[in-house]
Order: sequence, then C-alpha cells, then structure tokens
Amino acid sequence: MRATVLVRPKPGILDPEGEAVESSLRQLGFAVDEARVGRVIDLELADADADAARAELERACEQLLANPLIESYEIELHS
Amino acid sequence: MKPKVAVVQFPGSNDDHDAQWALKALGADAQVVWHAETELPQATGAVVLPGGFSYGDYLRCGAIARFAPIMAAVTSFAADGGLVLGTCNGFQILCEAGLLPGVLRPNASLSFICRDVTVRVERTDTPFTSRCEPAQRLVIPIKHGEGAWYAPPDDVTWLEMNGQLVLRYEDNPNGAVADVAGVLNETGNVMGLMPHPEHAVDPLLGSGDGALILASLLDAVRERSLTAA
Repeated sequence: MRATVLVRPKPGILDPEGEAVESSLRQLGFAVDEARVGRVIDLELADADADAARAELERACEQLLANPLIESYEIELHS
Repeated sequence: MKPKVAVVQFPGSNDDHDAQWALKALGADAQVVWHAETELPQATGAVVLPGGFSYGDYLRCGAIARFAPIMAAVTSFAADGGLVLGTCNGFQILCEAGLLPGVLRPNASLSFICRDVTVRVERTDTPFTSRCEPAQRLVIPIKHGEGAWYAPPDDVTWLEMNGQLVLRYEDNPNGAVADVAGVLNETGNVMGLMPHPEHAVDPLLGSGDGALILASLLDAVRERSLTAA
C-alpha cells in the first residue's frame, strides 16, 4: 500500500519560510494572502490493511515524521 | 582526578573537537564518543552533545540523531541524574529527544546568523552556571540557521515559574520565544543552549565567557565525584 503524509506548521506558529514564499509570489504579481510551507512524505507500506496502516503511520508521525509541538499531520492512503 | 566528559560525535557534528579542546583546556579528561556506541565510557561524569549538522539536519534538526544508538545510553544517564549539556545542534537533539522542553525553529529572518551575542544569566544555582554572577552578561558566539526556541505559551509560563529559562538574549537575534537562549530540564541536570561556549574560552578568540559555563559543568562533575567517593 502507498501512503502520503502531509506535515504542516500548526496555525499560529511562525513560518518564516512560508512568509518568504508569500512575499516572493507577491513580487511576481500573484495575489497571495498567505503561504505556509510544509513537507510531503511518500511511503510504500508493507501493510495491506488500511486500518492497521493508518494506526502504524500515526505512530510514525508522533515519533518522527512530525513534531507535535509545532506541526500537524495528515495521512492519505492510496490503495 | 580529572573530570571525565564524553563528547558525542554524530555524522555531521562539527564542533566535537572544539568542545573536546575547550574542555581539555579547562582541565577535563574529554573523550569523543562515536554515535554508534551503545554505552558511555566507564566513569563518565558528564555528556556534551556538540554543535553541527547531525545527519544533515534531515527532516528537522536533531530529529534523526535522537535515534542514534548512543542516545539510549545518554537518556538513561540523564534519567539517573547525570549531567548533560547540549550546544546548538546538541540543544536541538535534546529537545527532539524530549530531554528538554520545546523545539528549535528556523530563525525568524531565515538567515544563518554567525556572530557574538550577549546572553543574561537568570540563575546561578545550576550545575551549568555556578561560576557566573547573578544577572551576568555573557558574550558568546552563535552560528545557526534554526535557533528560534519555541514552546507553547502555557509551557513557557510554567518553565518561567520553574526557573528553567536559564539564559536569555539581550537582543534577540533569531525570534526565540521569551528571548530564550538556554533551557534547563525540570530536574536541573540537563541544559541546552544555542550559543557556543566552546568557542569562547579564551579572550584571544574574542571572549572567555563560554569558559564559565563549561567550567561550571566541570566543577559539578568534580563535586559529585567527591560526594560519591
């Protein structure tokens, strides 16, 4: 099974990278109100069961892929 | 007997030898310990996690290093009350490992900052600041891209009340919450700071103020070995 984990800075957390992207886009003439920069992690999983895979990925996010103090995560499973 | 300090070397550490040099200059028996070791050398009195870019700063600074084999030994050493000091990347690793509160975020300016800063010592009754005067200003260099310490507001209030925010910037260089430059754990035996005391141990190199932090640590190791003996 393939999975994608999206990691984002939590609302309210200063995201200087997002601010830099936002101001660069504005300079290029794009009408952007806000930009936030996160991270995408594509995974190939041994698990075939969706529930088990999701539970496993949640543990992976809590332990390594995201820092729960400052980041939220979203798990997408692709069959 | 010389106080024995283990300086952990991760792939990508680059201040390990400077830390070893500074500790030796201050009278320590400082050994570099490779990250793949599973035990600290016998009779280790303190552990220093040095600066650098362990594991290429992949994912988040310090996020991968906390799983290095030696970190299990460092964690149990700290749990037993052992003295652990993390500078820069070492501070990031200690936060990611949950040995210190908070996390280090990219500098607000997004610039890598490399210059002397002034930090204020908020407490002198710790194993890392005992040689300092109350409210003393220390000039110590920083060199980091991700040094903005962050913790949720409620945690900051608690840490403040608990006296764990030990070092604060006079002129906040990186956007750290509450001007925090250095943090102590709840039990007072683990400290992390973004400035590099090992780069400020000789006035010839600009400042000798960092020596106060390292020498405090060595004093604490000596004291403990006397009590144990």
